[in-house]
Amino acid sequence: MGLTGMVKNPRWIVYSLIFIALLFIPRILSIHDLMLFEYGITFAIVGLGFNLLLGYTGLLSFGHGAYFATGAYTVAMIAKYLPQAYSLEILIPAALFFSMVLSIIFGFVCVRHTKIFFSILALSLSMLLFALLFKLYHITGGSDGLRVPLPTLFGMSFKGIRRPEFLSGTYYYFLLGMFSVSFLVMKGIVNSPFGKALQAIRDNEVRAELIGIRVRRYRLYSFIISGMFVGLGGALWTFVNGHVTADLSHWVFSGEIVYMTLLGGFGIFEGPIVGAIIFTYLKLYAMGNTQYWMFVIGGTLIVLVLLLPNGIAGAFAGLWTKIKKGVEET
Amino acid sequence: MWIIYTLNGLYFAALLFLISLGLNIILGVMGILNLAHGSLYAIGAFIAAWIIITLGTHVPPFFLYVSLLSGLAGVGIVGFLMEKSLIRFMYKRTLEYQLLLTFGALMLLEDVIKMIWGGQAYYASAPFELLGKVDIFGNVYPAYFLFVMFIALIAGLLIWLFMSKTKLGIMLRAISLDREMATGLGLDITGLSTFAFVLGAGLAGLAGALVVPTTPALLGFGHEPLIFGFIVVVVGGLGSLKGALVGSLLVGFTRSFGIAVFPEIELPLLFLIAGIILVVKPEGLFGR
Repeated sequence: MGLTGMVKNPRWIVYSLIFIALLFIPRILSIHDLMLFEYGITFAIVGLGFNLLLGYTGLLSFGHGAYFATGAYTVAMIAKYLPQAYSLEILIPAALFFSMVLSIIFGFVCVRHTKIFFSILALSLSMLLFALLFKLYHITGGSDGLRVPLPTLFGMSFKGIRRPEFLSGTYYYFLLGMFSVSFLVMKGIVNSPFGKALQAIRDNEVRAELIGIRVRRYRLYSFIISGMFVGLGGALWTFVNGHVTADLSHWVFSGEIVYMTLLGGFGIFEGPIVGAIIFTYLKLYAMGNTQYWMFVIGGTLIVLVLLLPNGIAGAFAGLWTKIKKGVEET
Repeated sequence: MWIIYTLNGLYFAALLFLISLGLNIILGVMGILNLAHGSLYAIGAFIAAWIIITLGTHVPPFFLYVSLLSGLAGVGIVGFLMEKSLIRFMYKRTLEYQLLLTFGALMLLEDVIKMIWGGQAYYASAPFELLGKVDIFGNVYPAYFLFVMFIALIAGLLIWLFMSKTKLGIMLRAISLDREMATGLGLDITGLSTFAFVLGAGLAGLAGALVVPTTPALLGFGHEPLIFGFIVVVVGGLGSLKGALVGSLLVGFTRSFGIAVFPEIELPLLFLIAGIILVVKPEGLFGR
């Protein structure tokens, strides 16, 4: 799609309007709500990456917490062992690099399988990382985790600034920039010949192989890209949260990533973004109002699976199609 | 010392065998990986602990051991309700939904445990202490661990006899081999699926009940066994009973000797071995 095509497509006008609206969010939301929103944005990046694997390649990983943890621990470890390099322009590429390395290793084992075997294998491998992070107490902080200070950005130091101020100022725009880039890159990937090949593999593996797509290799590429996006999300999340623990690599956390993707709808490109933001608010709301928040979240998930299988964005898209059809018929 | 490690390995293996047997039966017959299996195990532990504590020391010891079966029965009932209300809508759905539904059930059940039994720990060590210790080649070993191995052995034998000799068992195997063909032959798929789920859940409950005299029942009790169960299933091969046995022994011994020799990296070592097996033999040891 060229630039003129982009201008003509109403979808891109909506995207631009949303982007402009997002620029003003820090002025509207209170600092507490803004922090929640930032959690939502980091998870939106995670969801984008995760959906390349689930929605576009048809592989369900129950272990993507591992790459999230890799991104997060890259930041935390550099903060602890290499403080002179603790700067965003180094941290982000480093997080991308390490999550790439890990997803190459794990992906190589996982993509030999599909369906349920793939899911369990991805899960088990993420638990391997969990076990390492948990047991190597003197390096990783074990279950206590590691604290993460504020980073510098292109020589700008944020010494003396408190975390909330940092998060509502520079960091919000940095995050928004990273999100926009991730969004455009992922949009480019799914619309590229490579993205179409992945969808062909998802829809019919045998046919894809027959027309000359190297199925396993493409699955691995998809796995790696998805792992890197999730790693990026993990690294960005770390600065908002200020603290990392081994639980990020636990499979229950991976399950939450699957949850938010389904909540938004994995059949739609924007679905996981919607899901990530709603999930963040839903979880916090449930945790704030009852000690039985898992009951609420779990119950919601069951209702969702039974009644709303295409997720929230999917339901709206379906409704929109129906309305359009109704208008055309009358 | 090595005798103790071997016995510990067998004890871990016995528990894992019960758990992974249940996982495998459900997986084989229904094609669903039950992520809530660990919670069923935990419910079994809580039910048994609660009954043992209630009975206290007023009853003959024999009843304490019989009461361990309450885990099997109670979780069987929970499994029945779960299958009837949730799982049965999932047979025709895709993998994503099946896994997410059981994930939702996991979160739900964790909080149901919290609602019923609260956040405190349940100590029910009476059956463990009553059996005392035995002397094995000069090593003192708790007799209760031998009892658990014995029960697991009996359960394994019964399941094996059931699956290979009885008509019901053969029907279950037929479904796991070819669901469509089994439907075509007129088997009652709905009823048999319910039965398989109840059986699998009951085995998890039994494992939980057997553990509780040795370690207090806490929240999050089922998390670790579930992961070990997954490793056993992956290493042994999906849906294979023989695989569950060999996989449990492998994981049990690796854990026991791992704890003895490399206590820090016992868990990663386990994953490493599982990973190597999967790279060499991707379908698992006895997978098809």
